[in-house]
Amino acid sequence: MERNIYIYIFIMIVVTYAIRVLPLTLIRKRINNKFVRSFLYYVPYVTLAVMTFPAILEATREPIAGALALITGILLAWFGKSLFQISISCCIVVFIIEMLI
Amino acid sequence: MDTKANIITKNTSREDFLVQDEGRKANINEFKEGIKDGIPIGLGYFAVSFTLGIAARNAGLTVFQGALAALLTNASAGGYAGFMLISSGGSYWEMALVTIIANARYFLMSSALSQKLEPELPLHHRFLIGIDVTDELFGISFARKGWLNPYYFYAAMCVTMPFWATGTALGIVAGNILSPRVVSALSVALYGMFLAVIIPPAKKNRIVAGLILLCFIVSFIVSKLALFKAVSSGTQIIILTTAISAFAAIFFPVTQKEN
Repeated sequence: MERNIYIYIFIMIVVTYAIRVLPLTLIRKRINNKFVRSFLYYVPYVTLAVMTFPAILEATREPIAGALALITGILLAWFGKSLFQISISCCIVVFIIEMLI
Repeated sequence: MDTKANIITKNTSREDFLVQDEGRKANINEFKEGIKDGIPIGLGYFAVSFTLGIAARNAGLTVFQGALAALLTNASAGGYAGFMLISSGGSYWEMALVTIIANARYFLMSSALSQKLEPELPLHHRFLIGIDVTDELFGISFARKGWLNPYYFYAAMCVTMPFWATGTALGIVAGNILSPRVVSALSVALYGMFLAVIIPPAKKNRIVAGLILLCFIVSFIVSKLALFKAVSSGTQIIILTTAISAFAAIFFPVTQKEN
């Protein structure tokens, strides 16, 4: 059977949108259950942390550059630098390290 | 742009001119901050979507098709998985299933984000925000104090979505125009941003700090386990997020105040 690329894309768009929009539109009240509240409170930290490490080591051509970017990011964030400064500094660190190697 | 004209919230009456004006100023400020925070995300997106474009090209998509899919799905892993399925000629049902699996973490994120939205926030805002709940926009939204102002989110969308779509389109046109060194450097922009979101709260809250360290360790171990090699990274993220968050919720339940 000949398949249409636009139908594939349409399915991707609709399914992806449904996954994102359903919780936002269906959960419109404050959740009072202590476990669920706590769970949802921790989700962002956990999910962002597991996405960052060790993936950052694999994102760069040299793992050491990724590791130094990680340390740079943690230090700058610890000392309250802005999101933009932190992000750009990580890029610069990788660029310089990979140039030296 | 008429976004700024629309910022007056519905439930204000004419007598509330001052309040309205203040609300408008707050919205404009939030919009500006959204633009600022969106820029590094846009740069990271550009690098990531470039490689996504290469995958789209290999799947036989035209520039228009690739840009369309990128602009309206805003998903990296989901996009890859979808393009792979197209190139292997899978069925439409398989496409739906693969898309659900690759994007399931957004279900968790949107659920968490639902608690960050003012309960009275009108439905149309929720439908608009739902377009672009990505790892990154979720991250910066969560870092905002108090309720999320939708205009902050829209600004970040305006800045980042074009980067994602043009990066994908360029990846299709010219797979290797950007030097690998630049791609390598830009690809950590997103991780830098994640750190900017999770580290400052860790400084104030020891439980969060310990939890982040635990996440790094567990995530590292899991990445080395042969058992998990067969599981896609999207699914790994869901399993780890659910397990570790549940663990934390059981042992360190959050009191109402902390939210």
